[in-house]
Amino acid sequence: MFDFSIVTNWIHEWLLSLMPEGWAIFVECVAVGIGIILLYALLAIILIFMERKVCAAFQCRLGPTRVGPWGTIQVICDVLKMLTKEIFTPKGVDKKLYNLAPYMILLASFLTFACLPVSKGLEVLDFNVGIFFLLAASSIGVVGILLAGWSSNNKFSIIGAMRSGAQIISYELSAGMAILTMVVLAGTMQISEMVSGQASGWLIFTGHIPALIAFVIYLIAGNAECNRGPFDLPEAESELTAGYHTEYSGMGFGFFYLAEYLNLFIVAAIAATVFLGGWMPLHIPGLDGFNTVMDYIPGFVWYFGKAFFVVFLMMWMRWSFPRLRIDQILALEWKYLVPISMVNLLLMAVIVTLGWHF
Amino acid sequence: MEVTKKPKIKSIPYEEFKDNETLEQLVKQLNEGGTNVVVGVLDDLIDWGRSNSLWPLTFATSCCGIEFMAVCAARYDIARFGFEITRNSPRQADVILVSGTITHKMAPVLRRLYEQMADPKYVIAVGGCAVSGGPFRKSYHVVQGVDEILPVDVYIPGCPPRPEAFLYGMMQLQRKVKVEKFFGGVNKTKKEGKEEQA
Amino acid sequence: MNQETLHIASAELLAKMKQLKEVEKMDYLRSLTGMDWGTPEENDTQETMRGLGVVYHLESTSTGKRICVKTSTLDREHPHLPSVCHLWKGAELPEREVYDFFGIIFTGHPDMRRLFLREDWVGFPFRKDNNPEAENPLRMTNEETIDTTYIYKEEANGTLSRTERKLFEDDEYVINIGPQHPATHGVLRFRASLVGEEINKIDVHCGYIHRGIEKMNESLTYPQTLALTDRLDYLSAMQSRHALCMCIEQAMGVEVSDRVKVIRTIMDELQRIDSHILFFACLCQDMGATTAFLYGFRDREKILDILEETCGGRLIINYNTIGGVQADLHPNFVKRVKELIPYLRKNIQEYHDIFTGNIIAQQRLKGTGVLSREDAIAFGATGGTGRASGWACDVRKRLPYAAYDRVDFKEIVYTEGDCFARYMVRLDEIEQSLRIIEQLIDNIPEGSIQEKMKPIIRLPEGSWYTAVESSRGEFGVYLESRGDKSPYRLHYRSTGLPLVAVVDSLTRGAKIADLIAIGGTLDYIVPDIDR
Repeated sequence: MFDFSIVTNWIHEWLLSLMPEGWAIFVECVAVGIGIILLYALLAIILIFMERKVCAAFQCRLGPTRVGPWGTIQVICDVLKMLTKEIFTPKGVDKKLYNLAPYMILLASFLTFACLPVSKGLEVLDFNVGIFFLLAASSIGVVGILLAGWSSNNKFSIIGAMRSGAQIISYELSAGMAILTMVVLAGTMQISEMVSGQASGWLIFTGHIPALIAFVIYLIAGNAECNRGPFDLPEAESELTAGYHTEYSGMGFGFFYLAEYLNLFIVAAIAATVFLGGWMPLHIPGLDGFNTVMDYIPGFVWYFGKAFFVVFLMMWMRWSFPRLRIDQILALEWKYLVPISMVNLLLMAVIVTLGWHF
Repeated sequence: MEVTKKPKIKSIPYEEFKDNETLEQLVKQLNEGGTNVVVGVLDDLIDWGRSNSLWPLTFATSCCGIEFMAVCAARYDIARFGFEITRNSPRQADVILVSGTITHKMAPVLRRLYEQMADPKYVIAVGGCAVSGGPFRKSYHVVQGVDEILPVDVYIPGCPPRPEAFLYGMMQLQRKVKVEKFFGGVNKTKKEGKEEQA
Repeated sequence: MNQETLHIASAELLAKMKQLKEVEKMDYLRSLTGMDWGTPEENDTQETMRGLGVVYHLESTSTGKRICVKTSTLDREHPHLPSVCHLWKGAELPEREVYDFFGIIFTGHPDMRRLFLREDWVGFPFRKDNNPEAENPLRMTNEETIDTTYIYKEEANGTLSRTERKLFEDDEYVINIGPQHPATHGVLRFRASLVGEEINKIDVHCGYIHRGIEKMNESLTYPQTLALTDRLDYLSAMQSRHALCMCIEQAMGVEVSDRVKVIRTIMDELQRIDSHILFFACLCQDMGATTAFLYGFRDREKILDILEETCGGRLIINYNTIGGVQADLHPNFVKRVKELIPYLRKNIQEYHDIFTGNIIAQQRLKGTGVLSREDAIAFGATGGTGRASGWACDVRKRLPYAAYDRVDFKEIVYTEGDCFARYMVRLDEIEQSLRIIEQLIDNIPEGSIQEKMKPIIRLPEGSWYTAVESSRGEFGVYLESRGDKSPYRLHYRSTGLPLVAVVDSLTRGAKIADLIAIGGTLDYIVPDIDR
């Protein structure tokens, strides 16, 4: 497996030879920042295109075909259009908060995005409580949504924001609990260690029953956290026109739109990291030949492959199910998912203590 | 300097479109002062982006709305053009397809919707009622064509227009967007005068 | 239609109506039509109706007896009649409509506001001596929403007094749903008072697509009036036009050929399937299941293809004519219909797989928006909505017309009255419609498709009421003729108006999301409500 830390170390050495250490670190930070933003934008475009094609496939349609080969550059048109669209602040909004809200959401998804271990040696933020940081950072997003709804001075927006506040905060609980279950199994909160610990088998296999339960719970909760169908109440189109971002136009709306898809990716990527071994290739104990072949496939291919697989699962969910009602959403969380994930956590602890996992 | 801009639409030659004269006149009008090369290229890029990403507002008052739904559905699939993202909030929509009769009670509401949209915004009058009042022209409560209250870009006649006509109208609008200028802001003031028959 | 007509003076109206309702069990108000019979003339007899008045069509759901009641007032300055909406809840909105069009004030009515026109509209457009265009230019000012309404009372000396009533209190959280809203199926406007997510009260505003079709009809010739029926409820275009054709044919005493009857029946049923599939699609869309929406539209196109081949139109079909149909069946018609039947049967199963069986769909639809049988009858909520509440109200069974008396089909009746029942009624009805088509498609009799008609059609003096089962309930046509080439008054019983009237009572205490489900399953079409 190629270790990207060789490359990063080499760049670091090279920069050190040119300038003092403080400057070198500064330059690296800027470079990494730009890299993340570029990757972020690229992923958002890919995801939006994927969503449009996948939903078209489910709906016996073709999806975008006219712009570029197979409509591949359709989303670039959309971005261009949104960039040049008028941005206005409606009368009666709380200007400061109204303009701040999209950035809050972006901030949350950037911070979370930076934690993702794309390949071996390519972790941007990696420290001993990585998972903890990730969970904390991702919950900033709800503040942005609440701000957007509150500051818009629109009744639909505020209902959307309130719904999303109730929903996201509730579902964070079971998502966190599902990840905690896996932390118990992995024995570490550092993301890079968690991944390297899965060399002998992905956690979803080694943790068998409780890991599978946690995976399913995480998928449901993750879907709810990024406000996607069947949990898309905050922006329930047929009820609240566009929910909390009703009053946003141009790029303000564009940020929400991008963040929605990136959050989808982040949720999928976390699932890929925690349950499906991150960039770790598929290893089957005993089949050494097979394992070596698998090792030749670069880590980021594995990583994106897994993440996009989970994204596909979530899109499948979105395009198949009708929307839930707010009381049903909360009942599902508090009456079913939370108790189940608590029991599941306990079960995992027992299994780990007794050594019943693989 | 004579500026000739011929907007290209995939798979349909320029000559096969109807009413090219209006379009050419529009190009002439917009480029009277000549064009800067750099700005012109940027304009083209932005127009290309805009013309391929016209998100309609979900707005329908009557029968034509059902045909619009059919256009979005599997057989006609407006998603091929990238227009399937129908926005319910006027702030995020680019084009309002006035599909259906506009009555006196609805007219101020429609006008308000149009004013809520962010620039650049376009209006397509769909169906006989929106074009001229259609079969209800004699009625006491019907607006005689939506161009009385909004600047219309493209007219799609029919009662209701067939889905193919919808697509053709959307393509006509694309052509119109493609000759617009972003820098200089001429489009806004000229808007009242430019009309085109689909 | 042979039915008894009663002329009741306005002073006795309330007592007589109460007797009809309670003694004769006339519990279903089919239609309420406002009339302007003009000022009294010299050659009037005792029986001639004059002045502003109302025509009521009543039916008993237990005995099946039907009656027509006419009443009027000669006062054109301050016309008033007693309201009957405490006897039939379904009279509330039609009485507001009559007030709106004719200016007749209904005393005792809890909410005497205009229904369709703007609050600042001048005059009453349906009065024969009113020229609505003159006083009402296009007003581009935003219409102000007024939160108060009036209840009128007749004092002992014959004058009117009014008391004010507040619709919403000042501290209520009222949101506007519509007129531009994706889930109101057009331009209907609800003002909903919310407590958190729960709906406290709903006030319905109609008229955003009021095109004055009934008024226009008064200056059109009979064949011309036909064109507008298609644009009422565009998903029952066939049936609506069928109703008007039947009404005119009945007035003229024309009997259409067997072939026409069978063709009309098949077309009606095709249209019904089309409408029910669209109902399914839109309900799914409203509930967030977008994929099912596209499945519905995919299959709907197959029906439109068949309609288009024979009739030339997809949505607005303009097929029925007075005394026949526009064109003979296309040679492919029988073959295509026979292909369609198994195709649809297979795909309806797919609908059940993707949506009906879905746990989320069931949870959201079952038990929400329960409409009792009594309420359904009182409001006159016919069609799938009435049948879901256990009221067998199918006109095809009650008063068979066209070829419905010779086919065997089941009237789908559910008793739960909730959203799920309303949904299931419509999906099951698709199967019944397929059965009807199956029985008829092989035995379309030979014959002419068009009876010989005079170039200018004049109807004798009189009044007629005809009803058909449209895709969403009893669609009635009330026609009054004075012997001219255009009708004196042509009123359509809207299938949607009673459905909108029940929204308030169904959504009390429900969530916003339930409003969408309830609205979706009631399945109203706004242009049909506003006419």
